Amino acid sequence: MFRIACASAATLLLASLAGLMVSLVIGGWPALSTFGFSFLTSSVWNPVTDVYGAAGPISGTLITAFLSLIIALPLALGIALFLVEFCPPMLSRPIAMAVELLAGIPSIVYGMWGLFVFAPWFAQHIQLPLMMHAQDGSWLASLVAGVPNGANIFTASVILAVMILPYMAAVFRELFLTVPPHLREAAYGLGCTPYETVRAVLIPYVRRGMIGVIMLGLGRALGETMAVTFIIGNAHGFPHSLFASGSTLASTIANEFAEATGAMHGSALMALGLVLFCITFAVLGIARMLIGDQRA
Amino acid sequence: MNRASSPRARRRQAVSKIFSVACLGATMVAVIALALILWTLVTKGAAALSPGLFTQDQPAPGSVGGLRNAIVGSLIMCAIGMVIALVVGILAGTWLAEYGRGTKRASVVRFFNDVLLSAPSILVGLFIYELMVRPFHGFSGYAGAVALAFLATPIVVRTTEDILTLQPDALREAGMALGAGHGHVIRTVLWRAAGAGIVTGGLLGFARISGETAPLLFTSLGSQFVQADPSQPMASLPTTIFQFALSAFPDWQRLAWAGALLIAVAVLVANIAGRLLGNRSHRP
Repeated sequence: MFRIACASAATLLLASLAGLMVSLVIGGWPALSTFGFSFLTSSVWNPVTDVYGAAGPISGTLITAFLSLIIALPLALGIALFLVEFCPPMLSRPIAMAVELLAGIPSIVYGMWGLFVFAPWFAQHIQLPLMMHAQDGSWLASLVAGVPNGANIFTASVILAVMILPYMAAVFRELFLTVPPHLREAAYGLGCTPYETVRAVLIPYVRRGMIGVIMLGLGRALGETMAVTFIIGNAHGFPHSLFASGSTLASTIANEFAEATGAMHGSALMALGLVLFCITFAVLGIARMLIGDQRA
Repeated sequence: MNRASSPRARRRQAVSKIFSVACLGATMVAVIALALILWTLVTKGAAALSPGLFTQDQPAPGSVGGLRNAIVGSLIMCAIGMVIALVVGILAGTWLAEYGRGTKRASVVRFFNDVLLSAPSILVGLFIYELMVRPFHGFSGYAGAVALAFLATPIVVRTTEDILTLQPDALREAGMALGAGHGHVIRTVLWRAAGAGIVTGGLLGFARISGETAPLLFTSLGSQFVQADPSQPMASLPTTIFQFALSAFPDWQRLAWAGALLIAVAVLVANIAGRLLGNRSHRP
């Protein structure tokens, strides 16, 4: 009896993930079958005429996720290496603890900070001066064009980066701690400097795991909803510059689903969910395969 | 200490020095950014804290009020969600660690559990909408609770499995040598030995769901009044914060900051308690 209860709980897990996928497919099917392949390539999103294309949110999702990864990755690596290699042991534990706790702060808090503090500051001190000084028609001008309210692709990426930073730093640190001490000691014994030890011993030893962690961070950035919804500006269509408002798959769903009255509108949002599911599932799957099943 | 003598050695030392300073710099940047966020949260949140926060319901814009309905709703939904997550999570984790150990099926379950662990929470909201809201024609606290359970379960599964795997086989053999069946040994010996670790999993799961907004947006929806009946739409702290923060009314924005502070404190307390317990149990 007990054994059956345990096995069915495990099966329930499998069934729920399958159910998640099936429900998205069923829910999104009307939109997908109506618009076909152009659902993925068109950037028209018009609830009034009931025409939907997902290219805007898809590009917004990918751009913000990759930008945030580019910002967060060097910082996270730096933090992890500092804690493992350079930091006095007395400081290392409290900082590591703080980083781990920050990884648990709900994303809505980061989103609010972005909306009330970072976006106005950014608009005032970075975006406006840049727009003033950029010459018309130059590449800089086209890069920074947009409504100067601070709610844009770039600020959303920064907030995302701040959000995934503690998480990535914490996992990187754990990863670096798995390097056997005698390998590092051997490198130092050969006369390597700390930098050479990191480059020649630490990083090669955990290379696969590192890529896995990067993918996990990417997965988080791709699926993050609230922090982005607060600050990305929620404009449909392709983002035309780095400082233009945009939208992501998750933020579009969060904003519109409760108010979607038309059946096709709801279905199109479900289809967005399906696209998001496919992207994150692929990323997470690759991450898990690279990190490997440590408990097997 | 051997002094760097040749130019080459000196250059290597210099590169290393620059690198360590860069690492320190990265840490400083991150610590400052995160400290700024916490500072804003604490000052703005504390400024809006008042006893009325816990005794009054959400106000109309411009009048005085609190967040009682949201706090009550959050507590009820988290409680129901955690009950579901603990039952399913502990059983499934036990299966992974005891009955399924080493089997193909176990590694499949583990993989999907890991995917669920980091699946975007808004997708869970969509799924529960299709599963519970659309068929029953209405948003409800139950739907919100199930969505939250969905997010907490993988964490409970994982910690339960980890902690049970750490229990020595001698414990199992001793129980069985006394004539107890496997199931009996698990319930009376292993679960007891692993108790603190399982509670840790529960606390970490609670920390995860208490700040979740996205899955509640279209499952529990929200309510302006204290609602003790989970079959009705229910307010929750995160969705109320979301609504208030994006509003144009300063009163509402102040309440949103107070709510955000409450959530952050709750999450921190749950996380710290979980870690302390986890350190005291048999974790290496």
